Amino acid sequence: MLVELGAVILGLGLLAAVSVRFSISPIPLYLIAGLAFGSGGILPLGTSERFISVGAEIGVILLLLSLGLEYTASELVGTLRSSALAGLLDLGLNAAPGVLAALLLGWGPTAAVALGGITYVTSSGITAKVMVDLGWLGNREAPSVLSLLVFEDLTMAIYLPILTALLAGVSLVLGLATLAIASATIGIILLVALRFGHIVERLVASPSDEVLLLKVLGLTLLVAGVAQQLQVSGAVGAFLVGIALSGPLAHAARELLAPLRDLFAAVFFVFFGLHTDPAELPPVVGIAALLAVAGITTKAATGWIAAARAGSGTTGRLRAASALIPRGEFNIVIAGLAVTAGVQPQLGPIAAAYVLTLAVAGPLTARGAEPLARLIIRRRRRRMERSDPGTAQTTERQK
Amino acid sequence: MDIERTALPGIGLRHVFTTERQRQIGVITHSTGRQDLVIYDEDDPDSAELIVLTPAEAGVLAELLGTARIVERLAELHRQVEGLMSVQVTITASCQYAGRSLAETRARSRTGASIVAVVRNRDVIVSPRPDFVFRPGDVVVVVGTEEGASAVAAILSDG
Repeated sequence: MLVELGAVILGLGLLAAVSVRFSISPIPLYLIAGLAFGSGGILPLGTSERFISVGAEIGVILLLLSLGLEYTASELVGTLRSSALAGLLDLGLNAAPGVLAALLLGWGPTAAVALGGITYVTSSGITAKVMVDLGWLGNREAPSVLSLLVFEDLTMAIYLPILTALLAGVSLVLGLATLAIASATIGIILLVALRFGHIVERLVASPSDEVLLLKVLGLTLLVAGVAQQLQVSGAVGAFLVGIALSGPLAHAARELLAPLRDLFAAVFFVFFGLHTDPAELPPVVGIAALLAVAGITTKAATGWIAAARAGSGTTGRLRAASALIPRGEFNIVIAGLAVTAGVQPQLGPIAAAYVLTLAVAGPLTARGAEPLARLIIRRRRRRMERSDPGTAQTTERQK
Repeated sequence: MDIERTALPGIGLRHVFTTERQRQIGVITHSTGRQDLVIYDEDDPDSAELIVLTPAEAGVLAELLGTARIVERLAELHRQVEGLMSVQVTITASCQYAGRSLAETRARSRTGASIVAVVRNRDVIVSPRPDFVFRPGDVVVVVGTEEGASAVAAILSDG
């Protein structure tokens, strides 16, 4: 078992090195690795399956925890107030293609909710990284784009419990009860974080890295476990723990957890790939491609509108439009939940193909945004000059 | 001068202001401690030059821009903030702390006031470190409550 596991992790390390070399997200590479190994792949894994499946579960929890650690409760509440409208537009535009596709394929409402979630969420990890790498944080549209990411992540905290309830096939009443429990928990956590954050921090804080790591990890797994018992989705529990911790403590915890998260998140993506049979990919390629095109269009429209509302010109709008395209971890988390519950087996390969396409296409498009904007502006100027040479010349001279 | 403060959720904070000559400058403070200096294009507010600074580099830049003004600003500060005042004490040759380190005065733990700067031969040493050694002729700038600041002044002038 050790040999197999070692080979897998070493392989992932080499893939991660490739992704660093070409500065793309490693997520698509991990997915491909998973596809290559697992059921129907070239090299079926046997003995390490158990570890990988437990590791994948921990991976989801750590992904959500570190996401929660990125945000403070006041940031979340502030975002809800300022960008609720843009956020709802984002939700409406981007969930629609998934929901429609699932309904047209006759997969039923539960699969529609799952596929809507898969097409909706932008990968806040990839997008934030693209924006930092390209030096876009100073631009006018940056706060709007980041607020959209926060809004989406917060939406996930409400969406995941609903999805979990639907997947469990609970009755309407029980479903509503779950939703009520989930919203109440989120409300309480936000309140605790806003008002009594320092008490939680005192409980967890420690000058020793080791103590801090174990305390945060233990607390998170415990809360995630309890949340799962309450049918609220363990991932959301972890996200809320992340939000409740803030300030320097959150920063320290994030740095400590980063290596663990990288390891287990990689395991999670491989696990998802393992459980997707590559033979199932070709039949869904058409749907996935259509969804990807729709996903690029609707996200770009969202970004364009959000940047326009922030007062940006063409350049800023194109940047915002391209920055939001990448999909990644959450889409796979949602698909993973749906596939495990056995809703619609084709959801897995569709999500894999969708994320593979957009996680690669997103950052590439983003690199092309500014050159494209320059081209458009130059063309526009030339057209103006041609139609009215007199004014164009004077403006040129004024400069 | 208006400084526009914008939260960048998940990243940090951005401060932007417009100079007298209508140029916009911004600073992005990441929660990791990294700071970016942003200089906006004169004609197109959608393009900007972004310079990434490590905490050490940001400190150097701040020091280069700020040293000459710090004493001036402190004087202003104590006029603005009620209850907070700054006192300047000259270290004389007879002072018992001349030739001894800042840590030995235990000024902060004894009085609650802080020694924020020392002026030596027209140079300003901002935030002197605990191992900083006083010399006769140094002017020590103390900030604290009225009580605390005068207590430090008393310690430094006659021990």
